[in-house]
Amino acid sequence: MAETATTVFNSRVPEGPMAEKWDRCKQEMKLVNPANKRKKKIIVVGTGLAGASAAASLAELGYQVESFCFQDSPRRAHSIAAQGGINAAKNYPNDGDSVWRLFYDTVKGGDFRSREANVHRLAQVSNNIIDQCAAQGVPFARDYGGSLANRSFGGAQVSRTFYARGQTGQQLLLGAYSALMRQVSTGRVKLFPRREMLDLVVVDGVARGIIVRNLITGEFEKYSADCVLLCTGGYGNAFYLSTNAKGSNVTAAWRCHKRGAFFANPCYTQIHPTCIPVSGDYQSKLTLMSESLRNDGRVWVPESQSDERRGNQIPDTERDYYLERRYPAFGNLVPRDVASRAAKERCDAGYGVGPSKQAVFLDFRDAIARDGRHAIEAKYGNLFHMYAKITGEDPYQVPMRIYPAVHYTMGGLWVDYHLQSTIPGLFVLGEANFSDHGANRLGASALMQGLADGYFVAPYTTGHFLASHSLPAVSTDDDAFKEAMANAQDRNAKILGIQGTRSSDSIHRELGHILWDYCGMSRERQGLETAMGKIRDLRDEFWSSIKVLGQGEQLNQNLEHAGRLADFLEFGELMVRDALVREESCGGHFREEHQTKENEALRDDENFCHVAAWEFKGVGNEPVEHREHLEFVEVPLATRSYK
Amino acid sequence: MSETLDLTLKVWRQPGSDAPGRYVEYKLTGISTHMSFLEMLDVLNEQLIAKGEEMIAFDHDCREGICGMCSLMINGQAHGPDTGTTTCQLHMRRFKNRDTIVVEPWRAKAFPVIRDLVVDRSAFDRIIEKGGFISVNTGSAPEANAIPVPAHIQETAMDAAACIGCGACVAACKNASAMLFVSAKVSHLSTLPQGQPERASRAQNMVAQMDLEGFGNCTNTEECQAACPAEISVSNIARLNREYLRAKLCSYE
Repeated sequence: MAETATTVFNSRVPEGPMAEKWDRCKQEMKLVNPANKRKKKIIVVGTGLAGASAAASLAELGYQVESFCFQDSPRRAHSIAAQGGINAAKNYPNDGDSVWRLFYDTVKGGDFRSREANVHRLAQVSNNIIDQCAAQGVPFARDYGGSLANRSFGGAQVSRTFYARGQTGQQLLLGAYSALMRQVSTGRVKLFPRREMLDLVVVDGVARGIIVRNLITGEFEKYSADCVLLCTGGYGNAFYLSTNAKGSNVTAAWRCHKRGAFFANPCYTQIHPTCIPVSGDYQSKLTLMSESLRNDGRVWVPESQSDERRGNQIPDTERDYYLERRYPAFGNLVPRDVASRAAKERCDAGYGVGPSKQAVFLDFRDAIARDGRHAIEAKYGNLFHMYAKITGEDPYQVPMRIYPAVHYTMGGLWVDYHLQSTIPGLFVLGEANFSDHGANRLGASALMQGLADGYFVAPYTTGHFLASHSLPAVSTDDDAFKEAMANAQDRNAKILGIQGTRSSDSIHRELGHILWDYCGMSRERQGLETAMGKIRDLRDEFWSSIKVLGQGEQLNQNLEHAGRLADFLEFGELMVRDALVREESCGGHFREEHQTKENEALRDDENFCHVAAWEFKGVGNEPVEHREHLEFVEVPLATRSYK
Repeated sequence: MSETLDLTLKVWRQPGSDAPGRYVEYKLTGISTHMSFLEMLDVLNEQLIAKGEEMIAFDHDCREGICGMCSLMINGQAHGPDTGTTTCQLHMRRFKNRDTIVVEPWRAKAFPVIRDLVVDRSAFDRIIEKGGFISVNTGSAPEANAIPVPAHIQETAMDAAACIGCGACVAACKNASAMLFVSAKVSHLSTLPQGQPERASRAQNMVAQMDLEGFGNCTNTEECQAACPAEISVSNIARLNREYLRAKLCSYE
């Protein structure tokens, strides 16, 4: 078993009462004066909600910002695909919400594996986000009087979710993108689209630059700065099939890990309960149906196994509304991890529906009868439309078929309260860090976190970093840059040189199967050990028989994919190792050995109330596990119950 | 029921922006009707790699119709034959056995081809840069409910804001005009109360940049609306024309 270090982490959580920590932190932070801000350069990698909002906000403050993304435009980052909404503690519906309640729900939803102080700050700034976005022209849904509307989401008993039809992520991202483009026009942000970050440059222990590949020309480029913000999203595509965009990858985060940034809780993966089921071997990605559908849709399976009838032909008396049956208090609105496992349980027991039998029904019959088709169409029209396009079925007539799919990753690079990783000067924002969602993320909280980090946290904490360090000037001709560049170039050259027999897609699918089968919705020791061996073998196979065509000095999507896959093959082993070491069930991490009599997750707070932060020790070598103990002062540790 | 198709594809191959391009014909057999169009291209690319040929480059990312990255002319139609549908959401059940399918990149002066089916759409970003925003710095926003927005205004703004920036409007237009794209952003922001202060400069500056990028003029053919996967209405173009005229005649800027 891996060595465990007893390092005591300095998470830099301020002293004092929970509600005053962030204010106190802001008071104590140093400032950079406006004239000096102009001399400081900041690199922001990624242009999703976290990256775009951070780059825009930092440029507004006067810093020189360089913004990188692999897409052809910053507007296309995958935040754009978020459907349902964004939480805030505005309490507009007057239903008893507050900063404290949002904080409480998020800590509980995360199954007591997040850092309390970070979550509290998230809840505190949530209201500023809504103000900011409304001022940018984000067309949030409104009531007839013109005030903002809310809807409910899983894991909460209040309505606190703001939304823009089923396209909330799109509208929030376009808001952040517009703020970013405004700064491009002032000259304070320089955009570098179609660039992929392939290494971090660390000079004297501080993150001072990045190496990127220009995806059009294939050339490698070096960029230096005073600090680096990594906003590169999650690692869900390790599973091959996920709701992530095809380009989403772990490469930037993983290369930072290899340079010394600890990777925290990589086994925490969110399997989203409402996705369109897999239809065949050719499947390239999975499509999410927003969780907001569970507001009005009812989830069920037939009472008898292998019922071949169409959903709308099965009478009520022969239906099992299993979420309402098992969790009467929250019903169809239980958190995602609970809903996903319940669907898997029914399908494994033989009650699944559809051709693959790996699906359950999400039925709008009753909602349409109650509110009318028009009302349902107004709320979910685009989602129904999308479902019909993909499946060829009309969800107004027959119940949707859904099944859980990999959606979000709660783990990520370890960060302190300032969002700084274990490498000074490397800040990690949004899904790429680990801090706010614990072992399970509640719906409508990812958008909140991305924007909180980017608009309202990083602009303060990076300023403090810059004000408290006198950094010597670095040149991209320094040895550290040359070494990192050569490292990235060699890796690509090696991949191109193998000229074996297997396509990157076929190896990626195989990796996905291994992770889904052994490290997916439920995990157990033997399976995880098997997976570890299989991943190592597959990695060896990659490095001996990958076949990538074309040259390095051109647009080469084959090479891009193979490079990302190579990193997933290293990362996948860490994910499995983390799942193996965490001998408890919590949130999205369900170990079959650790469950209650009712098959609910059984946490072990005595031994596992900590963050596992892994230190890289070389490919194939055992990483070192460091632990940050988690204390729950405001929200006392309790068993989650949604019954 | 899953059926399979045998298809002939004629795909535009172009090794680089300055190199000449040509159509290359490929035969595909046993394509499931449940596949998406891009999954069909994935299958073709796998076969090409197995044969030792370079894969066809095409832009794609979210594959759920929202990022705006995918961009193919399919049998002369931007994003293919279905209305309100991006290429990634187009499914093979839309085609018939033994069909010949012609696949091209967007063709417009302002969208130069980079390789095969990949084009450069950075002109759109440069247009947004000139005014596709509301100038509000982080932290300076008023309470969100301080400015009520009537539901119908919000709906109109949302209809326009749904643009995914894919460029199908330009590709479908015989003049390669970007009026639908520009008008969607101008409409989104100029209908909302928050967008009023910069209303005139926004319309003028975005139109000026659009012209500079080499997009053509609008001749009201409405092909753009027919091709738009986000179903942006040409009534936005009428609104843009009004906004532009209003700015030219009544603005102090």
